Amino acid sequence: MPGTSPVLELRDVARRFPGRTAGAPPFTAVRNLSFNVGEGEFVSVVGPSGCGKSTLLNLVAGLDQPSEGTVALHGVEVAGPSSRVGFMLQKDLLLPWRTVLHNVEFGLEARNMPAAERRERALAELKRCRLTEFADRYPYQISGGQRQRAALARTLAISPDVVLLDEPFSALDAQTKLVLQKNFAETIAGSNLTTLLITHDLSEAVAMSDRILVMSDGPGRIVEEIDVGLPDRDNPIARVGRPRASEIVKHLFHALHLGEREDA
Amino acid sequence: MTTVDTAMSKPANGSAALQRPTLAPSGGGLWRRSYGAPLASIAVAVVVLIAWQYLPPMLGVPKYIIPRVSDLYLEMIRLWSHENLLKHFISTASMSILGFVLGGLLGAAFGYALGLLPTWEKVLSPYILALQIAPKVAFAPLFILWFGYNAWPKLIVTILVVFFPILVNVLQAMRIMDRDLVNLARAYNMSRTKIFFKVMLPFSMPNLLAGLRIGATLAVIGITVGELVGGEIGLGYLISFGQGQANTAMVFDAIGLLTVIGIAMYWAVTAIERRVLHYLPRATGAPPAKP
Repeated sequence: MPGTSPVLELRDVARRFPGRTAGAPPFTAVRNLSFNVGEGEFVSVVGPSGCGKSTLLNLVAGLDQPSEGTVALHGVEVAGPSSRVGFMLQKDLLLPWRTVLHNVEFGLEARNMPAAERRERALAELKRCRLTEFADRYPYQISGGQRQRAALARTLAISPDVVLLDEPFSALDAQTKLVLQKNFAETIAGSNLTTLLITHDLSEAVAMSDRILVMSDGPGRIVEEIDVGLPDRDNPIARVGRPRASEIVKHLFHALHLGEREDA
Repeated sequence: MTTVDTAMSKPANGSAALQRPTLAPSGGGLWRRSYGAPLASIAVAVVVLIAWQYLPPMLGVPKYIIPRVSDLYLEMIRLWSHENLLKHFISTASMSILGFVLGGLLGAAFGYALGLLPTWEKVLSPYILALQIAPKVAFAPLFILWFGYNAWPKLIVTILVVFFPILVNVLQAMRIMDRDLVNLARAYNMSRTKIFFKVMLPFSMPNLLAGLRIGATLAVIGITVGELVGGEIGLGYLISFGQGQANTAMVFDAIGLLTVIGIAMYWAVTAIERRVLHYLPRATGAPPAKP
């Protein structure tokens, strides 16, 4: 098990939104959320759609504040957006008017960093994500998988304490997805990054993470925690081939009552 | 042409190309694609000019109704040497450009301001809509009453005419702004000013340039109307002067030169657009947004 000191800590977090109409009861997106993510640990959150995964992401990213409880990074409460959190969505969100290199520099431009240093950092990130030869291309000139890798490079360029991945592979075709999962897993394991992955894909969660949190909807809360306990975290393709991996997937399948759900 | 285009657009797909019989040899298709259309356009122009020169006299149409092409040419030379055509041309061209630039700057400034202040946009949107629909050129006589026979009335008409399509296009871009992009910048802890200049402004560029493209053609209309209703300089003035003299050739020549100014301005905006929007796969083929 990688390091134990918690990088990210949620304590009894709830988030309520005001009702749609005046007088309507507030809508509770998530409640009683408590979990830790340790240094270098890879934790996945799975759950049905509408279970508050996006709310969770916004809370950790500091784009939203909890109604109750605290979200803390290295013991310091998250009060607003901070450059210590890197997040990445299903959409690559590359700026189409910038080259790949300048897109990777984007996050660093919020800081007062000399242009030469920024460029150097961005180039190093591109090298780590094996995109050096695409540095001067525009987003429309590269493939979907390369774009997601560029988005990862941009996320990692700010050297975040924790990386949030919100379904980063779900818009890709099945083969690109597998290659990219392996790619990401290697980069993340190689750099000992603390990662929180939000996903629909059960086998993706098993293939990539140390620990899986199962969320349930209405309101969103954690109903189960699974220690994956498999080797080869840097090679998801090898991992899914193991018998224990398919056992966990089967278990998750039942835990989420996927067999009984009628409405998707 | 359509069949040639579809057959040629899939050079990599060998099997499809094999199944589909080639309708034209690829060399001929290429030739036709690169030279065919421009040659045909020139041919149309030649045919129209010849018909214009010889058809009206044959049908007994008098010169003061439709002057011949040769009359237009002779009148153009006369205007140049006796009527100081260059002065009128430069006046109209420079006022069009000035009005376009000022109208564009104001339209863009208001577009971004209203885009950033949604409450104000809601408050003002009925009036914006009303003013957008109102025929701005109809204000020209009013401005002459207010400001007299000088450059201001036509300049203000032009600014008004150019202002709205640009305002509306910029506002549209601010409305369809990708919230996730802004959130990404926020998550990186960027200041609001930086978010505006690094995300919102570049994001709105295609719309701004589409608005400018429309504005460039409207600017000439604004100036012309201003010159028609009052003033003693400009191609619009030549039109009203020529009308008073029953000099139809003069009117035609002035209209032709006004069109030249409009085309030059439109072309300049398109050239800038191609440079600025080089990062889009097909910036030039994009249809302009509605004003």
